[in-house]
Amino acid sequence: MTRDPQAALTALNRFGFGARGGAAGDFVNAASDPRGFVKADLQRPAAPRLEMPGLQPTPALAEMVFAYQAEVKQAPHAAKANATTATAIAEAAPSADAKPAAAKMASADMSSKMASMDMQPKGNADALMRENEGAKPKAPKPLNVIQRTFRAEALARVQRALQADCGFGERLVTFWSNHFCVSAAKGQLGRMWAGSFEREAIRPHVFGRFHEMLMAVEQHPAMLFFLDNQQSLGPDSRAGQNRKRGLNENLAREIMELHTLGVGSGYTQADVTSLARIITGWTFVGRQGKLGPPGTFLFNAHAHEPGPQTLLGKTYPDSGLAQGEAALADIAHHPATAKFIAAKFARHFVADDPPPALTARLHDVFRKTDGDLLALATTLVDSDDAWQVPLTKMRSPYEYLIATGRLLDHIPDEPGRYLGGLNMLGQPLWAPSGPNGFPDTNAAWAAPEGMKLRLDIAAEVASRVGDNVDPRDLLQLVAAGASSQDTRHTIERAESRQQALALLLMSPEFQRR
Amino acid sequence: METNVDCCENRRLVTSRRAFLLGGASFAAWAYLPKFARAADGRDPRLIVVILRGALDGLATVAPVGDPDYAALHGSIALTSDGPHAATMLDSFFVLHPSMPEFARMYRDKQAAVIHAVSTPYRDRSHFDGQDVLESGFAGPGRVQSGWLNRALEGLPKGEHVANGLAIGATTPLVLRGAAPTVGWAPATLPPAADDTAVRLLDLYQHRDPALASALSQGLQLEKAALGEDMKAKPGGNNVAAMRLVARGAAKVMAADDGPRIAALAFDGWDTHANEGGPVGRLAQLLSGLDGALGDFQSGLGERWRDTVVVVATEFGRTARINGTEGTDHGTGTVALLAGGAVKGGRVIADWPGLKVANLYEGRDLAPTTDLRAALKGVLRDHLGIGEALLATNVFPDSAAVKPMQGLVG
Repeated sequence: MTRDPQAALTALNRFGFGARGGAAGDFVNAASDPRGFVKADLQRPAAPRLEMPGLQPTPALAEMVFAYQAEVKQAPHAAKANATTATAIAEAAPSADAKPAAAKMASADMSSKMASMDMQPKGNADALMRENEGAKPKAPKPLNVIQRTFRAEALARVQRALQADCGFGERLVTFWSNHFCVSAAKGQLGRMWAGSFEREAIRPHVFGRFHEMLMAVEQHPAMLFFLDNQQSLGPDSRAGQNRKRGLNENLAREIMELHTLGVGSGYTQADVTSLARIITGWTFVGRQGKLGPPGTFLFNAHAHEPGPQTLLGKTYPDSGLAQGEAALADIAHHPATAKFIAAKFARHFVADDPPPALTARLHDVFRKTDGDLLALATTLVDSDDAWQVPLTKMRSPYEYLIATGRLLDHIPDEPGRYLGGLNMLGQPLWAPSGPNGFPDTNAAWAAPEGMKLRLDIAAEVASRVGDNVDPRDLLQLVAAGASSQDTRHTIERAESRQQALALLLMSPEFQRR
Repeated sequence: METNVDCCENRRLVTSRRAFLLGGASFAAWAYLPKFARAADGRDPRLIVVILRGALDGLATVAPVGDPDYAALHGSIALTSDGPHAATMLDSFFVLHPSMPEFARMYRDKQAAVIHAVSTPYRDRSHFDGQDVLESGFAGPGRVQSGWLNRALEGLPKGEHVANGLAIGATTPLVLRGAAPTVGWAPATLPPAADDTAVRLLDLYQHRDPALASALSQGLQLEKAALGEDMKAKPGGNNVAAMRLVARGAAKVMAADDGPRIAALAFDGWDTHANEGGPVGRLAQLLSGLDGALGDFQSGLGERWRDTVVVVATEFGRTARINGTEGTDHGTGTVALLAGGAVKGGRVIADWPGLKVANLYEGRDLAPTTDLRAALKGVLRDHLGIGEALLATNVFPDSAAVKPMQGLVG
């Protein structure tokens, strides 16, 4: 039946989001043609795109935020709690709190065999509620538009990952989205736009060219807002002179340090400042909509630093917006960028210390194909190294929770459990602690407390699933002939099906990729 | 998840589940008591290292108002020694930010000192590399898996395991990461998995995946959280509340006879690129949190404060001149703060480079004239008795030329 179980496990776990339960037959399919199983995703150019009724474009979301803010201003007392604490509580932790989201969750629970990922710590929820004491006894407040939007975006992403066949395309989306991260924890716009940023700037380019993704990212309002570029004014520009304000080099630095060249690749402080000047005027239309529809990218010539700029030894004449576009194109094609991206890509998919030959090959392809990301992904799948290096990386919390949901064959209609689980395990959705994104090494995810929390979550999930599944069958779906005898015995000898399922979810076969 | 969605300029917002609870602050300690604890001479030193991540504006924290160029450079956010929000005079040249009354009091009591124009050996301006250098103790950036404080523990005689209700920390700051085991706290969360399940899983890991076996067995040593009832995070809780929560918890466990002696804390959020604020505003808020934390250390440690040194350090400073958005960009020289009953305080230690453009580092940053490692070595040697040879090789590799600063402690 299964021809190459180890390769099947690699296809499912290293490249994908893990085997689905039910009748999907993922393991069997992967075993019969492991590479083909992974590459099927690459053959559908539109696969990474995510368009669903109800998911709005960035400008429409901006209008909604501005309208909401105006409403709050009108009725500060009524809306205030919603605007701040309730956002985090209701979105991320619809648990003990008697909010409508929680109520919905509770009823969903009863009809669902799906395990709980609702691990919002009780003590924390209590503390959160205490602070909200004044509001608690009253009728539950409806979610505000920012909370609703964030949840809808999160749900769409989770559902897509749960339903994907192999999931390699979605894994690529999460890789690039983390590489070019914004933070949903920065302000209301940041929260509102986190999902649309990924849909608009990342997904369309996952099978495209690196420089196209780079341009889309750096001109996206969410990124401009996240790294303060809408505040940066050319000191000698008209706006800079009038308002006596000037540069903010935050975005320029992170473009070079984190998005393209990589730190220590030879650029200087002067280059950072130069790029900051070059991209002055890159902003987005604000609430008044004087220069276009609010929430759209805007090149504001009045804020742009006049004059030529020298960057990495090359002089860029002042051609307005084109000056920055030319500079970004050159940075995208810089040898240091190819090197940086190839190493990060191999490290994410293969090993903390990937084989140098693999990294060199990816580097080479990136350079020779003008940063063709489809070619990069294809090269990875085609390389023997990617299949031979043992599965030693830990699944990230997102990968762990998604793999669990896939195996248990449940598509939620509500993202709260996933959001809560991600918070708890240290990977809050779209909210890394800095512009360098979430860490990508075993040191980060196989840490002692993290392991204990994973176990607690696995036990909680298993206790909710009850006796409805046979963990021995699930082990067949997950790893079949690639499972170790130790794991098989541990599961068979467990004292209950619940315990067996918890052990399966924590087994190396399930945790490593 | 960040709760104060309206006020987050800072780039390091939420890192972990614990940060979710505590808003960007973490605590970890050495898992053992040094053998000299409770020794006959009664000296029982405690050391707390506080890492400020994001790069503290040293010129805004301890401002050189006596420097003729300071006011113009720091512009609208410069501190003054008079007016409605007057800064506290430390001497005839330096003032302390007005939101730090606790530190001012300690300074007056000669229990606090400032080291100015200080920097690690790192000279570029990446947070992540800068933090690596600050915390690893190496002379340059690189992927190092251990921190100087952890390696310094090798120079200490290892006594009993700390008995407090502490757990292995998931977020041990790099400065304290390494071979020597550490503990932190983890507030009670889910109902934990049954012991029996954990034992079975450990057994499986021991056969199949020793690395996970080691991680999980440490994780399972969870004991009661160090957090008391009063220690839970509050919604809308910002960095200020988080800093104080962590400081109070740290002081509480460190005050105990069998509590840890050597700990590290990390506070996030100091990356003030825009709207930094002067005597009031965003940085002022953060500094008041830090100041409150120092006060909490003192009150929480009680009579142990006498033997305590708290070191506050950051990865680098910020530009001397404010940027175009009333903030400051990444710079070089900054301040380090010392507080504690064991500190020889009441002074600002600085070889002041001056703020004339020609004197600024690369024409933009406060030039560093003191190597932070000299101060750290001085503390480790004189407070914990760690030998200079170990300091120059293991603790701060290749740093023999950087001599320990004399007389910081005593």
